[in-house]
Amino acid sequence: MTPIRLAPSSLKEGRWYEYLIRFALGGAATVFAGLVSSRYGASIGGLFLALPAIFCASATLIEKHEIRRKREAGLAGERRGQMAAAVDSAGAALGALGMLAFAMVFSLTAETSIAAAFIGASLAWLVISMVAWYVRRKTRSVRRGRTKQKGSGSALV
Amino acid sequence: MTEYVIRFLAGGAIVSAFAMLGDLLRPKSFAGLFGAAPSVALATLGIAVYQHGAAYAALQTRAMIAGAIALAIYSVVVCQILARARLRALPATLLSLVVWLIVAFGVLMLAGGQT
Repeated sequence: MTPIRLAPSSLKEGRWYEYLIRFALGGAATVFAGLVSSRYGASIGGLFLALPAIFCASATLIEKHEIRRKREAGLAGERRGQMAAAVDSAGAALGALGMLAFAMVFSLTAETSIAAAFIGASLAWLVISMVAWYVRRKTRSVRRGRTKQKGSGSALV
Repeated sequence: MTEYVIRFLAGGAIVSAFAMLGDLLRPKSFAGLFGAAPSVALATLGIAVYQHGAAYAALQTRAMIAGAIALAIYSVVVCQILARARLRALPATLLSLVVWLIVAFGVLMLAGGQT
């Protein structure tokens, strides 16, 4: 199983304007959520706290970086780029479970203590996301092991 | 006006911080968790509590539950489109926003608008 690690060199792959785009998109999404809340109320506005506006930019950048890396190695890289973005989306699906936990914990604790709501909800996001990622990873490696065993078994027969 | 400038700066800063953390981490599937970090929520809820109080923020997060369910389905749809339909990331993520909107409003309606 691949361990979680830091890859500081990956920051060098990004161009300055890519960080600017993400900052602007993040700011715009927050302003948009605020505008929707003040126009249509807290309930409709709350939906947009989980809008995947930033995800579009992140997935596109991941694809672009992968393509650039492959092109530098003399390969086309389009397919590899798409698959890198697909893997990122699979991770985001697990992160969304964490976001669900964040929203649930915050809504249950906000009226008791705001500090506890922010800390508890953030912790819930982190724990649930990591547990979901770990369980998926384990399940996949067990499934892969079984497939390999079946393959070698039939080869022996 | 000042409120929206603060919203823009706070949202931009928190989203960028989570995105950079995602860039730094490997494997990619783990880094993907940060693509669904509650960055916009953290910025918005802080301002909501300050302006309208805890009950208002709690109501927003109850509706956010529907948004998060939609986000999980949206991410799976994007993953499948990229892997099977071989569409590029930008059109795949933008087209799938329709799925997010339908699921988010659908769940909110089923829950009676309160979640």
